[in-house]
This record gives sequence, C-alpha cells and structure tokens, in this order.
Amino acid sequence: MAQNGTSVSIQDLSLSFGAISVLHTLNLDVAEGEFIVLLGPSGCGKSTLLNCIAGLLDISEGRIFIKGKNVTWEEPKDRGIGMVFQSYALYPQMTVERNLSFGLRVAGLPKEEIDKRIARAAEILQIEPLLQRKPSALSGGQRQRVAIGRALVRDVDVFLFDEPLSNLDAKLRAELRVEIKLLHRKLQNTMIYVTHDQIEAMTLADRIAVMKGGVIQQLDAPQTIYNRPVNRFVAGFLGSPAMNFIDGRLEKVGSDWQFAFEDVRIPLATYAFEKEPTPGPAVFGMRPEHVAFNSGAGWPFTATANVEVVEPMGSDTLVWLKLGKQNFTVRVTSERTPNNTDTVSIGFDPMRASLFDAQTGNRL
Amino acid sequence: MTAGQITAIQPVQEAQDQAGVGPIGPKPRRISAGRIGLYAFLVVAALFFLIPVYIMIVTSLKGMPEIRLGHLFNLPSEPTFQPWADAWLHACTGRDCNGLSPGFYNSVKITLPSVVISIICASINGYALTFWPYKGANLLFGLLVFGAFVPYQVVIYPLIIGLSSVGLFASLPGIIIVHTIFGMPILTLLFRNFYAAIPVELFKAARVDGAGFWRIFLHIMLPMSVPITVVAVILQVTGIWNDFLFGIVFAGRPNWPMTVQLNNIVNTTTGVREYNVNMAATILTAAVPLIIYFVSGRWFVRGIAAGAVKG
Amino acid sequence: MQKSWRRRFHLPAVIGTIPMILVAVGVFVIGIGFSVLWSFTSSKLFPTYDFVGLAQYRRLWADSRWLVSVNNIWFFGLMSITCNMVFGYLLAVFMDQRIRQEDLFRSIFLYPFAMSLIVTGLVWQWVLDPNLGLQAALRNLGWSSFSFAPLVDADTALYALVVAGIWQGSGVTMAILLAGLRGVDEEIWKAARVDGIPTWRTHMSIVAPMMKGAFATAFVLQCVGVVRVYDLVIAMTGGGPGISTSMPAVYVIQLITVRQNVGQGMAAATMMLLPVLVVLAFGGILLWRRNREASA
Ligand SMILES: Nc1ncnc2c1ncn2[C@@H]1O[C@H](COP(=O)(O)OP(=O)(O)O)[C@@H](O)[C@H]1O
Ligand SMILES: [Mg+2]
Repeated sequence: MAQNGTSVSIQDLSLSFGAISVLHTLNLDVAEGEFIVLLGPSGCGKSTLLNCIAGLLDISEGRIFIKGKNVTWEEPKDRGIGMVFQSYALYPQMTVERNLSFGLRVAGLPKEEIDKRIARAAEILQIEPLLQRKPSALSGGQRQRVAIGRALVRDVDVFLFDEPLSNLDAKLRAELRVEIKLLHRKLQNTMIYVTHDQIEAMTLADRIAVMKGGVIQQLDAPQTIYNRPVNRFVAGFLGSPAMNFIDGRLEKVGSDWQFAFEDVRIPLATYAFEKEPTPGPAVFGMRPEHVAFNSGAGWPFTATANVEVVEPMGSDTLVWLKLGKQNFTVRVTSERTPNNTDTVSIGFDPMRASLFDAQTGNRL
Repeated sequence: MTAGQITAIQPVQEAQDQAGVGPIGPKPRRISAGRIGLYAFLVVAALFFLIPVYIMIVTSLKGMPEIRLGHLFNLPSEPTFQPWADAWLHACTGRDCNGLSPGFYNSVKITLPSVVISIICASINGYALTFWPYKGANLLFGLLVFGAFVPYQVVIYPLIIGLSSVGLFASLPGIIIVHTIFGMPILTLLFRNFYAAIPVELFKAARVDGAGFWRIFLHIMLPMSVPITVVAVILQVTGIWNDFLFGIVFAGRPNWPMTVQLNNIVNTTTGVREYNVNMAATILTAAVPLIIYFVSGRWFVRGIAAGAVKG
Repeated sequence: MQKSWRRRFHLPAVIGTIPMILVAVGVFVIGIGFSVLWSFTSSKLFPTYDFVGLAQYRRLWADSRWLVSVNNIWFFGLMSITCNMVFGYLLAVFMDQRIRQEDLFRSIFLYPFAMSLIVTGLVWQWVLDPNLGLQAALRNLGWSSFSFAPLVDADTALYALVVAGIWQGSGVTMAILLAGLRGVDEEIWKAARVDGIPTWRTHMSIVAPMMKGAFATAFVLQCVGVVRVYDLVIAMTGGGPGISTSMPAVYVIQLITVRQNVGQGMAAATMMLLPVLVVLAFGGILLWRRNREASA
C-alpha cells in the first residue's frame, strides 16, 4: 500500500563534471512505496541522477532527502538504500551466500541475523539452491537475482536499479520484469528504476520521469505520459512505432479550430487544448493505433490514403501510408489488413491527437 | 517506516532548512589527512626515482675540482660541457681513447638490422600460427614460449659453438642473428595475439577472393599491423640498445655496442676516475631509449603490458 | 589425400616459418640439449665428449663461489620481488585515486625501466659510493658521523642491488597492476560502497583477488628478470666485494669465458634451468586443469 509520505526528495539538484553540466536544477519527489522509472535516451543523465541519490557522486548544488532526512553529505551505506547494477557487480571470488552477507558482515551484524536475512532473501528470490555457487557458475538471470538479493538483505527502504535487465536476453528480461513487479508488490519499498526501455517503463512504473539532456521533461503516470505527452520529445520517445507527426498550421474557422496541411483540414472541435491557442505553425501528432480503417462514418475526421508497405507483425499489422504527401503509419489488428497498393479510407478522433507548438515543441 | 515517523522527523528538518542550515550543495571537500598522505607518498616516491638522475646530470656538468668538494646536490657553479665532449670523443678504455662514439655507431649498426629482421620474422610467425596452423605448429609455438623463460646462460654456449662453426661468432651478422633469436619468442607472441583478435571472416573473405598465404599477409594483414608493429619496434629498439650480455659475448671487440663500451670506460681501473666524464657517458648511453620512452609515451606502457601477457 | 596433406602442411606457411622452426627446435631444444650433454663431460675451453658422469655437478656444489651465488639469488629474488610487488602495488593504488598529474607521476615512476641495467647499476654505484655519493654529501652538510656505504660491505652489498632493482622495476609493476585495477568493473566499487565496506577492505577482500591475472603477470616478469640478473651485478658490484654479490648468471659466464671450464659451467646453467622447468611444468599443469574444467 502506497503511503503518502515522501520517501526520496530531490531539491534543485545540479551536477557537472568539470565544465560539462549533466543535471540542471532537478526536482523530484518520490512517494513512500512508489515505483518510479527514470526513462530517457542513453547519455541523458539517468545513471548520474541515480548515483547522486545513492551518494556515489558528489553533487554540485541542491539537496537530497531520504525518508525526511537530509542525506546530501551522507555516505552511501548510511542512506538506507540498496542498489542493483547493470553488470550485476557481483564479487567474483565469493559464493552467492558470501556475496549476500559481505556487507552485513562488514557492518558487524550477529550471525543469526545475517543467516535470517539471507534465508529470507533467498526464499523471496528463489535462489536457495545457488547459495554455495560462485557467480561465474550462474546464468545471467540468476546473477541478476543475486544482485537484487544483495540489495534485499540490506533491509532498506529505497531500492535503486540501474538498467538491471539490459544485459539479459529478451525472454529473460520479460520474466524478470514480472518478478521485479511482484517483488515490489510484496515488499512495498520505494523503487527508483533507470532504463532506456519504454516497455519496462510502461509496465513497471507507478510514475515515469522522462528525461532528456539532464532535465525531467515529464513526470506522470504511464498512461498520462503516453496519451498526453507534454512535448514533442516525450511524444516521440514513447511508443513503437513512433507517433505520426505532421507539420502544418493551426487555423481558426469561425469559432472552431482546425489543423491544416496541404489541402487537408482536420477539425479540432474534440481536442482539449491546454490553453486558448493562437493561429500559426504547429505539429499534429497521432499514434498509429488510434487510427481506424474503412470505418466509414462516425469519425470526426476521415480521409483516403495510399498504402505503401504492409508489415504483418503477428498479432497486428503495421501499414505505412501516404496521407497527401506525408508519411503516416497505422496499426491495425491482423484481420483487417489491407492489400498492398490499395487506397484505403482512414478515420480518427482528434480527441486522441497531440498538438505541439512548431517552435517550442510544447503541447498546445 | 510509517508515515507517522516521517511526519515526526520532517518538521525538525524543515525548521533546519528554513534557517538555512542542513547539508545543501556539494559536500565540503575537507583536505583530509589521507589525501595529504597520498600526495606525500607519491612525491617522496617520485624523489626516489628522480634524485639519482638529478645527481648524474648536475655532476656531469661540473669540473673535477668541484666534484671533489662533495656538494653532491648543488647545481654546478660553472657549468661545463667539456665532460660530455670528452665522454663522446676521448674517454679511454684501456689503451684506446676514442670515447663512446664508436660504441654508439656500433649500437646503431646492431640495432637497426636486428629490429627489422626480428619483426619481419615474428610477424610472419604470428600470422602463420593464427591463420595457417599446420600440424605441429602449436608445439613449435609452445617451445618458443618456453624459450621466453629460459635463462640465457643455458643457450649461450651452444650458440657460441654453432656460430663459430659457420664463422659468424664475434661478428656483426652473428650478434644480429642472436638478437633475432632472443626477440622471437616475445614478438611472435605479440603478433599472434594481435592477429588472433582480427575477425577470421576477413581472412576467409580473402581466401574466397583467391588470395594465398603471402598475398593475404602482404595486402591485408600487414597494413592492419601498424599499431602492433609500433609496439614491437619500441620494445625491440630499447631492448637491443640496452643489451649488454649478448653484445659483450657475440659482437666481437670491434663491434662492441655502447653499453659494453660504457661499462669498460667506467669500470676501467687504471688512471684517475673522472666522474663527470663517466656520468656524461652514462647519460649519453641512456639517451636513445629515454628519448624513445618520452616520445612514445603511452605506447611504451602498452608495449610492456602487451609483452607481459605471457601465456 | 593430396588435399588433406596440403592442408596439414601448407607449404608457404612452413616456408615462412622456417626461422621459427630453426629457433624453436635448433636453439631451444637442440641447443639446450647440448648444454645439458656437455654438463656431463670434462669439457674445458672447447666441448669434448669425454663423459664423466655427475663429476661436474659434484665439483659445482663443492665450489663456495657457486654456493654463495645460489644463496644470493634466493635472497635477492625474494627480497626484490617482495619489495617490488608491495611498492608497485602501493604506487598503483595511490595512482588510482584520481590524482592530479597522473601522467607526470607515471612517467617518473616508469622511466628507469627504459634504461639499460648497466646504466642503472652505474647510477646506483655512484649514489652509494662512500666518497662521492649520499654519505659524502650528508657528511658535507654537517652530519659528520653519517655512515652509509652498503656497496663496500660484503654483508650489505646485496641490499644495494635490491634497491637498484626496485628503482628500475617497480614502475613496471605499478603500470601492470594499475592496468589491472582499472580493469575492475566500476560497478563493483559502487556496490561495495553501497554495502558500506571500507575502501581498504574492498581492496583486500574483493579487488586484489580479482587482479590475480595482473599479479601473476607482474610476478612472472620479475622472476624472469631475477633469474637473468647479470648486467646489474656487473655494472654495480662486479660480483664483489669479494664474491659477496656473485649470482648464478654471473658465475656461468665467468666459467665459460674467464675460467674456461665449460663442463662445470654447463652444469651450473643446467641447475639454473631446473627451477624454471619445475615452475613451467607446474604452471602448465595448472593451465591444463583450468582448460579442462572450463571445457567440462
Ligand atoms: N565521470 C564522468 N565524467 C564526465 N562526464 C560524464 C561522467 N559520467 C557521465 N558523464 C556524462 O554525463 C552524461 C550522462 O551520463 P549517464 O548518466 O551515464 O547517462 P545515462 O542516462 O545513459 O545513464 C553523459 O553525457 C556522459 O558522457
Ligand atoms: Mg546509464
């Protein structure tokens, strides 16, 4: 059960490596028990942010609170965090059991307590049979379980994950993803999870923080991020295939707004603007799965388009169209696949669209 | 763990923060005792490495009277390059007083061909071992690696006898052959490891294109071998230039390399010891490898590391 | 048939590696074989085939000069390898602390390695010379009772060789171990820090064991250097005072060239080869077992 207290709070955090500024006055509040995913392209500063929270990097400006305590200058071990790394970072010459117990032994915990915690972690992660093995004798998935176990035995409130699944193959990744989700449900810990994989982000997160260039672009529930991206970067980064973007103009006809490109006019009566817009250049975005085929009437907007390529993907099919001179992808269920070179009629509701300012890229 | 606890903590924290206290911004970097100790250790270590050479340089620029005063660390009061000139042209070994320069030219005559020949041999070895391993080739390679660990003393006498029987003992070709032999194990290893890291598809594609042993070597492998060749050249030039044992045994008196001449000049027991000349001679002998070291920088380290990955 | 023969002995490959065949077989097998063979003969200046059994070995082990040499090489080897490793590791660890001027320090620690051992020997001969070096300098500065002349004393001359060896070689140890340290996954350090493990403990319990390879490399490199130590002794002490710094490598060369007693010299050389063979065999077995485990 998520509680309302703030678990991790980052205030005005900045960090630079020499002259290169990586994080810029960043603010983030993570609620108790929340699963936050930091999502963004490689090099955007996700790991850097996580390392700051862990205390592995000294920050340049700002403060970090964990469970209400100002930990800005604390050592990592005193922050009440556990961390899981992409390369697992298991100590190669120690058995799994000793890997798990090492930090506890160093902290001088009594033997019974250590055994108890290891037994619990091993049970939760189902690694009991592996305890006496060396990391080199484990598969990638097993190694990552042990790495999670090492965070688990620390009995901490906040778990930090840095791309924990990126070194695994697709099948294992899917399995462990579910396990991490179950683990979170069971432990109710705060988890901060870094990934560049949008599927992981969408499936795991209570809230996603989409980052770019050291700045959090949007922090929201996955569905909100997906459906109402705050800017063109977020809209384009999430979703596969990517959202369709069409450059055009926003015009006012009578009391109604419409989006115009070439000789096409899309009525925007159903679109919920953020604030009263002004006429001018804009970008129209529409997700491929929000477009329907051959549906005849009933849509606020319909048009005919030429099929360029059809890509069957099993459960559904991608259709690459030309709408006017613009490229446009549509995702439909497999039964409704059109033939190549057909001319098809498409329809959608602009309610589901996203409009962006052509200059700033911000949502209109 | 509960919300209650948190609210219990937070007001205190907030009060602190409003008052502007509490950690904020970068953790203050105290210049810790550890950090000072670290630099102290490094600086003392650096002095240990530098002082001997400092002494050499200042002494080589002093006149003998000043040296006898015994102020070892002082800078020369009247710097003179006379000792350097003497070391190069007039220093004596026994009866000959031609200085180090003949030794220098001998070292050049020994080093250049030895380096070229040994690298050519080793690169062909490495290439053949990687891409054309014939039956028994790996046994040969094993023997060669074994040779990298063998004390030279076990092989020297048979080599003396062998070279004498073909009339090459105590001659320039003789010493060049000896350097090629003793450079072969480590260089072959170096080249083999380098070629082993090249994708074998490249070799296969060339075979499909109809190229044979030599053509693949000359047109495909050699052009790719520049970095490893640079490492090998550095390794060999410094190694052969610095050699003393093979030079004194195999080169023959007229061809003695610089290191042998230097040792003879310095450890000659007759006459007054001219420390300034001796030190100048020593610096001159060390100059070539030192220049290579400072010019090649990281390549040099890489050469050591590469040469060190035995087995 | 024809084809498979060509595959097994691809002619250009065999021709191209003739030098290797000659060296591997001719020098490292046949040459060493002759050395061992002559050690059983009464050869003086030139090899003879007058076999005398183990007589040369008996004479060798009765020769005090050889006994001193053997003692010296053990002492020198243990001392210089230990000191080199400890000092080199300390340097490497300190160099790994994100220090300023790392390249400068690295150059300073490493440059003696670029120089000939003859040069190293001469340099230290002067630094330790009682009338010219440190002793004279410090006495001149007013510390008249200062006494430090290891090279003129038979009991301490070996220590002086060790110091010179460290001066020449610890930079390389540092470079190899530093590369090993840098090869350790960055995330291991982070994991250990999150676990609250003190830095020294991380070094001892986690990182040092992970650097087995680098330690082995540095160790082997030094062992090879110790067995071959010749130039350093010649330049620094000439084996003296007396025979106090004689080493097997020096001993063998003297027997061959000066004392013209090839039979006994080859016996001594064979004795030098023996420990190397034992260690190589041992290493070979280890390697073979590891390979078998890996493939199993
Ligand atoms: N130690 C460092 N020194 C300098 N720049 C760094 C360092 N670590 C990371 N960076 C830079 O900071 C940026 C963010 O890195 P990182 O947080 O690792 O990205 P990611 O989002 O892929 O995890 C990158 O551009 C990287 O080049
Ligand atoms: Mg990262």
